[in-house]
Amino acid sequence: MNGPPAADAPRPSFPERWTRLLRAHGSALHPRKIDALGSRTADLVLSGRADQAAADLVNAHFTDPEMLVQAVELLRFTGFQDPDPVGAFAAGWATSLRERTLVQQESIRTAADTARHEVERALHASEARFQAVFEHAAIGIGVGSLDGEILAANRSLLEMFGARLDDLRGRRVTDLVHPEDTPEVWDSYEQLVAGERDNFQCDKPYYRQDGEVVWTHLTVSLIRDEDGRPRYQVAMMEDITDRYRLQERLHHQATHDPLTGLPNRAAFFERLEDLLATAPPGSRFGLCYVDLDRFKIVNDSLGHAAGDQLLIEVAGRLSGALVPQGHLVARLGGDEFVVLLERCRGEHDAVAAARTVLSALQEPIRIDGHQLAVGASVGVLERPVGTITPGAAVRAADLTLYRAKEAGGARWTLYDARTNAESVGRYTISVRMPLALERGEFFLEYQPLCALSDGSLAAVEALVRWRHPLLGVLGPDEFVPAAEETGIILPLGRWVLEQACAQAADWQRRFGPLAPQLNVNITARQARSKGLLADVGRILAETGLEPSLLQLELTESSALEPRDESLRVLQGVVDKGVTLCVDDFGTGWSNLAHLRDLPLTGLKLSSAFIGDPASQDAASGVSWRIVSGLVSLADSLGLTLTAEGVETPDTAERLRSLGCDWGQGWLFGRPAAPEALEALILARADKSVN
Amino acid sequence: MHGQRWSPSWIDFETPNAARVYDYYLGGSHNFEADRQMARRAVEIWPDLPKIMQANRAFLRRSVQYLAGEGFTRFLDIGSGIPTVGPVHEIAREVQPEARVVYVDRDPVAVAHSLAMLSDDPLSRVVHADLTDPEELLAQPDVAALLDGGAPVALLLVAVLHFVPDEAQPHRLVARLRDALPPGSALVLCHACREGRPDQVGPHQDIYARTRTPLTMRGCEEIAAFFDGFRLVDPGVVYLTQWRPDSPDAVGPAPERLAGLVGVGRLESEQAPP
Ligand SMILES: C[S@@+](CC[C@H](N)C(=O)[O-])C[C@H]1O[C@@H](n2cnc3c(N)ncnc32)[C@H](O)[C@@H]1O
Repeated sequence: MNGPPAADAPRPSFPERWTRLLRAHGSALHPRKIDALGSRTADLVLSGRADQAAADLVNAHFTDPEMLVQAVELLRFTGFQDPDPVGAFAAGWATSLRERTLVQQESIRTAADTARHEVERALHASEARFQAVFEHAAIGIGVGSLDGEILAANRSLLEMFGARLDDLRGRRVTDLVHPEDTPEVWDSYEQLVAGERDNFQCDKPYYRQDGEVVWTHLTVSLIRDEDGRPRYQVAMMEDITDRYRLQERLHHQATHDPLTGLPNRAAFFERLEDLLATAPPGSRFGLCYVDLDRFKIVNDSLGHAAGDQLLIEVAGRLSGALVPQGHLVARLGGDEFVVLLERCRGEHDAVAAARTVLSALQEPIRIDGHQLAVGASVGVLERPVGTITPGAAVRAADLTLYRAKEAGGARWTLYDARTNAESVGRYTISVRMPLALERGEFFLEYQPLCALSDGSLAAVEALVRWRHPLLGVLGPDEFVPAAEETGIILPLGRWVLEQACAQAADWQRRFGPLAPQLNVNITARQARSKGLLADVGRILAETGLEPSLLQLELTESSALEPRDESLRVLQGVVDKGVTLCVDDFGTGWSNLAHLRDLPLTGLKLSSAFIGDPASQDAASGVSWRIVSGLVSLADSLGLTLTAEGVETPDTAERLRSLGCDWGQGWLFGRPAAPEALEALILARADKSVN
Repeated sequence: MHGQRWSPSWIDFETPNAARVYDYYLGGSHNFEADRQMARRAVEIWPDLPKIMQANRAFLRRSVQYLAGEGFTRFLDIGSGIPTVGPVHEIAREVQPEARVVYVDRDPVAVAHSLAMLSDDPLSRVVHADLTDPEELLAQPDVAALLDGGAPVALLLVAVLHFVPDEAQPHRLVARLRDALPPGSALVLCHACREGRPDQVGPHQDIYARTRTPLTMRGCEEIAAFFDGFRLVDPGVVYLTQWRPDSPDAVGPAPERLAGLVGVGRLESEQAPP
């Protein structure tokens, strides 16, 4: 092997030293290859072709200048005679190196040019591809500047707009508004061109060049440059006009009665729900529930086709007469129609609409040569929004309609709470109530009674509600009379008493002396039942409620007889420490003797007496004089007098100045969930400090 | 076209490029003034660089010779650069005359040059692709054809992975390529390491930071981890000149000063090797 020579070894030969020089230069070549290169080039030198030796070395990447210096030194040191290889080697080295450099430079430049052309070609191809995609895309594509100028539009977009490029180019994106644009579209647009968002999507209509409308599904994207600065906007749109029209048609079908073209039951309820949910408080609405009087006869005698003809004619007349007045006319099914008055100034408006219905149908209708006088009955309901659910409103109007029918038809009837309650009871209430009680459909709300002197909470009245699955939430007026009639009031009343006392006992535990008195209503039937006494005793014991915190309000649905069983029951209740008051005083109690016979603590004055203190009319004057008389009556009997229906500060002030003790009504708070009253209870603490 | 980019990269002669700078270190003239300026500055700071590149090239040669000797006839050279003395196909064919090589680089100039040099060679292919997009790389027909057929392939990743920044997840890339290799294939790796010349890491990376091919020198452990899933061939992961030297004295003093770690790993073959 080529180990280092021993110290006493003879001086190495020229080829050996030459090869060692090459090895020292360093190379990626295999050592054997270096050795071979060494002996080959040494031979060349020895045979007088030093220039070729230099060329071979350069070609094998032996190009280090240091190497040239050492090679020349070795050649000189070896002492060649003629011909001297030094000059030839140096010249050969220089020439080859120069040539090699030129060749390599040439080839790398060529490669660079080729690569550059390749890149350019690819760039062109990519541009051409992009152009082709842009031009032939099935979706419409438009490019705009950030200030909204339209710069380019592809074929599909032009087709959609029925326009030529010149029609669009230079116009502003913001010119392309359409009245049916949602405000969000243009809000999003502003955010996009301001660089605040990168894209948005929406459905948007455009006017075509010919004035027709094209509906599009639009995607607008912001294009930024390399540094992230917004540069362009690109809009891509898909023509969805057909889909949109289909949707419209489906929606129309879903919301319209195919026979008459009127809005159907679903559309009517949607509109009514929307109205009741969004109308400003204090506004009123009206319903006319219309039913043809002799439709069945027509249908039976002349056949369905004639019946259908008749309905079409009726629908035409009703909408012709009422739609121009801004009312909605819908067909609910069969021969039932409904008119919705979205803005009503009072009952007279609703009644006027009902009259319009009747007169529109007065003229006989001509079908197949017959003159048909169908006639109709109308149930009219007129209420403030927020006092009734859509279901209950329609139900009430329907029941009112039945009264018109019962009265012989060809007339309108106005909704009346009391008769309605009776009808409600008859139709849907009484049968369902036991089940409702079992299912937990009843719940309680509490309304504050406040001292008129300082507005502080004095007592709360528990009010029962029924979350009826069909009719919505019903108030006591709507079902208690029926409950009283059927006797279901007894278990229901017991449930109310249990619930309310548990709630009051909870307050008593949590708020101690701040806990308010609890008022619970009982009916005459409850008062007469012997069970009441036992119930009260048991419930007080179970809940731990202080008896003096419980007051029973005797509603006056029927008068008590002088030696009535109830007097004894009520006396028993009072003996337990519970107090008693009369509710709705002044509306039904003709017999003042009860004031003497019953162990009463308070009177509650019907809201019927509480008028507007500013009013100048005579009736109002009389009312106030009655209030004033009752104040002194209560005073002389030592009874706490509570005024119901107090809605304004003026009324409260007038009552206070007359000497009335407590007030109840919207001014102090509507009936609400028990938690809602806790702030009022806590506020008593502040009041009691002063 | 598969994965074609919308806008091809522009060729920039004003910024130095790893392939041409490397050629300059090796004494070649396939470079432009910008490349030479940068290379001179780098050598000024780290005079060992030409020696390191030679050692790298010598390792490439030894590893190819070794694998050809083991019967390999297919080579996939990713980051092949500008062909210089002793290209892979020549070395391999000294042992395996039918050896096929696919050269891959992402530098369009290196690719164009390789194409010009190899246009007559029926068994060599040149592919323009980027290691950081392995799906597209593997989908190139020449690459796919090489990997097809089940014969073991020598995957060469020599002095290229340190041009792949951490964000590009180099280990994930290598694993992806590994999964595409037939059983019995091999990985040849050379990677600049931080431990050999810790004093040079900062300045050297700084010089490359300004090029389009910034350099990330990595630690021993990280480099060894590229062989996950491979069985290392003797002597394992070592400094450049320590890997199967041509002769014992070829290792030279202080091999760690060359700051390059190398190794060869094999995948298990399905059947016992012949
Ligand atoms: C230092 S050279 C190595 C050349 C050859 N492998 C050798 O060791 O002799 C590095 C090469 O890798 C190429 N390269 C760098 N990053 C790459 C990537 N992500 N994909 C493909 N090639 C890459 C460069 O263009 C350059 O040609």
